[in-house]
Parts: sequence; structure tokens; C-alpha cells
Amino acid sequence: MEFAQQLVNGLTLGSLYALIAVGYTVVYGIIQLINFAHGEIFMIGAFGALSTWLLFFDGQTSIWVLPVMIVGAVACSVLVAVLMERIAYRPLRKAPRLAPLITAIGISVFLQELVRIGYNDPTLFLSDWNPFGFPSAAQKVPFPQIDHISNEFWNVGGVIIQRSTVFTIGALLICAAGLFYFVSRTKTGRAMQAVSQDPDTARLMGINVDRIIVVAFVIGATLAAIAGVAQGLQVTNINFKMGFLAGLKAFTAAVLGGIGNVWGAVLGGLTLGLVEAMAVGFIPGTFGGSPWKDVWAFAILIIVLVFRPQGLLGAKVVDRA
Amino acid sequence: MTVTETENQGHHVGDKVVLEASDVTMRFGGLTAVDTVSMQVREGEIVGLIGPNGAGKTTFFNCLTGLYIPTEGRVTLNGAQLPPKPLKVVRAGMARTFQNIRLFANMTALENVMVGRYCRTSSMALTSILRGPKFRREEKATRARAQELLEYVGLGRSTEVLARNLPYGDQRRLEIARALATDPQLLLLDEPTAGMNPRETEETMQLIFKIRESGLAVVVIEHDMRFIFTLCDRVLCLVRGSVLVEGTPAEVQSDPRVIEAYIGGDDTDEDEDEEEHA
Repeated sequence: MEFAQQLVNGLTLGSLYALIAVGYTVVYGIIQLINFAHGEIFMIGAFGALSTWLLFFDGQTSIWVLPVMIVGAVACSVLVAVLMERIAYRPLRKAPRLAPLITAIGISVFLQELVRIGYNDPTLFLSDWNPFGFPSAAQKVPFPQIDHISNEFWNVGGVIIQRSTVFTIGALLICAAGLFYFVSRTKTGRAMQAVSQDPDTARLMGINVDRIIVVAFVIGATLAAIAGVAQGLQVTNINFKMGFLAGLKAFTAAVLGGIGNVWGAVLGGLTLGLVEAMAVGFIPGTFGGSPWKDVWAFAILIIVLVFRPQGLLGAKVVDRA
Repeated sequence: MTVTETENQGHHVGDKVVLEASDVTMRFGGLTAVDTVSMQVREGEIVGLIGPNGAGKTTFFNCLTGLYIPTEGRVTLNGAQLPPKPLKVVRAGMARTFQNIRLFANMTALENVMVGRYCRTSSMALTSILRGPKFRREEKATRARAQELLEYVGLGRSTEVLARNLPYGDQRRLEIARALATDPQLLLLDEPTAGMNPRETEETMQLIFKIRESGLAVVVIEHDMRFIFTLCDRVLCLVRGSVLVEGTPAEVQSDPRVIEAYIGGDDTDEDEDEEEHA
């Protein structure tokens, strides 16, 4: 029973990691950039959903509000991700690899601070103008409660299954199916594969590589935004630094699965989530319990990388014969 | 280097100039890789580009396709100046293959050709996700055209094979099919028979004739002299970045300077593979 419960917990956590990890891996697969600001895209998704709710549905809890919140979340995340690519990364396309990497860390800090200071104070201390009456993001902000999802659960033979858990796992399943369809069955998806295998040749075959890179950022941001909503429903509150650890874990998941490989990110996320949950549930004594769960998660990462440096599913080798 | 009889003689080269490169110069720092090279290619014409290693043949190709922006000179396709962006060059009607095969190795033969086709289709990311009727029509047409092209180059039975698993000769033909998928008016082939056995070389020659018959202009870089002199209507011999001799195959192959360049050349050690510097 305990095992089944931890399995559910692990899959939930894992689904969240997987949704975020896809964003790291898709962008890496195309431009070999580790976008450390991706965790912040996840955070902005959560705040986008909250803002949508505060602006249009303040106080309402009915379930049809949720899809609109998801749309709001995706819109915010995608907008920020596209701007980030355009303003910060594109000018560095030909720079040494270290430059965009440091930029990514800078953007990460920038976005965190922007939300912390600017969410309830868009003029950044110049005046106390707060047109929408948003709360401060520096403290934990309660996430809207949605009927039929928040605070409700099924009890399956003693195993507690939160409705929000179902939402999170379901979101991963739907996103993974959509992604599979997109990558392997659509024109843009196929062009994306071509760019990740050989960008120069793809360009010479008439593919607009810049546009494909934007598409990669959009996909990552969409999934991260959905993860942001899922996290909000799960934890019931959000704050400006929620993206940091989640982003780090998701990055770990992407590396664990084999960075560059979309299915690796999904597998890596689920593995990491399960390891954490099982470590909490079953490691006895001093090293058990939740204080040590991150230690076990990263220990697994190190062990996997020692024996399989390319990650569980291995990055798709970029052939440049 | 003997004249092989051409199957070529009855062919009428059109009057329309497809490609015009005038005084193209490409310098890398102090090195002048291509030095005031001019070339005209007419509709239905096959032009050969020969020269010892390091003569600047591939660099010249890269200047034509927008991979490099020539330091000096201009390139026009059908009278319009080419934009210095590979993407736009392809849309303007120029396609190429590569000296070192550059297929999308982990995609099937069919998918490789379909990718080449995409610069001619119009549906966007969003329509392709929503799978509107227009997208489905286009996708179907793309697939059909890709299949047709694979049959055209003789790969009709390998459509679902991953590019990296194809035999070497087939990979070269797949590159040609992928280039043709972009609907070019001018096809640039960089050593299309490198590493091929005589039978495959012969098949490739027939394929290029067939492509020309369909109205395309073709420029070929090749080291196989027999192949070049049989295939081409006109040959340019490039040495140390500039045109040494230009003329019919017969003229070029009997020119003592060409033989000198190949046999007595002192610059054969230079690296031809400029693409790696890109």
C-alpha cells in the first residue's frame, strides 16, 4: 500500500519534471544551448495562470475557468520565451558557447527579480501604481482553487489519489502524445528533426532555421506553462523562486534521460520523480525522509552518468559526416 | 584523358542564361580562395568545374549558394541578384549536393526528400498542428512528389530506409533527389560520383543527362576526367582560385596548361575541404 502510494507520488512529481525537462531538451537538441532560464518560464506560466484568474475570474472556482487559465499561462510563457530568444539568444548565435550559457543564467536571475519586484509594482518603485491589484510575488501567493480538482481525491483501496495528480499525469500524457505527433508527422516537426541533425544543410535545403528555433522555444514554453498550472494546483501556492529548484531538477531529468532526446526527457523526469518518492518512503534511518530526497535524486544522476554518460536513452548523435 | 563519345552532341543548349557569376572573389584573411571567377550557365547546359585540390571549386559553390558572401563580384540567377542567404537562394531556384554527403542521417530516404520539398509548400506550424484540410492536401502532395523523385533517381524501393543505412552510391543519389525536391532551375553537384564504382558512375551520368533533358542547368565539380569530358557541354578549369581555361571538353582536355596544372602542379596539398571552415 505504501509502495503504491509512493508510486503515485513519484509519477506525479515525475510528470512535472518531465513536462519541464522537454523544454531543456528540445532547445538543446536544436542549438546546443542549456537554457537555464527555462525554470523561470515555468514560474511565469504559473503566474500567467494566476493573473488570468485575478483579472477575469476573481473569486470564481468553477472548472471551466481552468482551460482559460491554461491558455493565459501558455500565452505568458510563450511570449517571454520568444522575447528571450529574440533579444538575448539570437544575437549570440555565433558567439562561443559560454556566452549564451552565462546569458541564460543572467536571464534566469533577471526574470525572477522582475516577478518578485514587478508583479505587484509594474513601475518598479517609481510609484505605487498597481492597476490590477496583484499581490506581491515575493511571498507565497495562494493559487486559485478549482472545483472538482483542488482538495478532492479518490481513495483507491487505501491509496490516496489527488485530483490534481490526475491532472498532472494526464497533462504529461496528452503533451507527450501531441509532441510525438508533431515531431514525426508534421512538416514543421520534420524540419525540426532536420535542423537538429544538421543545421547548415537544413538551411541549404530552404528551411528557415531561425523560425525552427523559435518553434523549439515555443514548444518548451507551452509545456512548462502547463507544468506551472499543474504545480499551482498541486501545491496550492506559488512564488517567484519556484522555478529555480524545479528547473534544476528538470535539467537533471533531461541529462539523466539523455539531453537532446525528447523521450529521454520524459523517461528521465519520471525516473527522477520515482527515485525521490521511493527514497522518501523506503530509506530508513538518518538518510531517509524528505530532507535527503534531493541527495538521492542527484546520486542517481551521478551513478547513471558514470555508466552511461550519454544518459538513459542517449542523445541522438548529431551526424556531420 | 581520352575523349569519350558524347551522348550529348544532339542536345540543344538554350539561349536563356540561368546563372551568371561575374568576377566573384572570395578572400579569407590574406588567402584569396576564389579570384575573379566568372561563369555563365544556360538553360539545359551542363558545365563542369575541374581543377586540382585546393583550387577553390567548393568555395566557389559556397559563394553561389549563399553560404559565403563573396568579398567581391555578383551572382545573378535568372537576371536577379541572389540574396546572400542560403534559404532565399534555394527559394530562388538553386539547389546543391555536397562533396561529403550531408543527408539527415536519422531520417528515412522519403523524409529527407520531403524536407527538401518544404521550401515550396506554404502551410505554417500552426496549420500543420491543427491539421487543416490544406495541410493534409499539401502533405499528401509532398509525399507523392517525394516518392516520385525517389523513383526518378532509382531509389523507389528504399523509401523507408534510414539515410545512414543506404549504400554509399544510393546516398549520393538521395542527395540529388533531395536537391531536386526544391524545384531548382540550377543544380550544383559537388563530386557526385566520388567513391562510386564504374557502374554507379555510369548510372549517375545517365541520371544527370535525364535531369538536363527536363530543362535544368547543371554545374558539376568532379575529379573523374572521363566522367566530366563525357558529360559536360563546357568545362572550366580552376587553378589557385582563378579560371585557367574555359572551353568545350575537347579544348580543355587538349590544353597543355590543364595537364600541367594537374601533373606538374605544386599546390596539390592545399585543403580542398573549405566547408569545414564554414
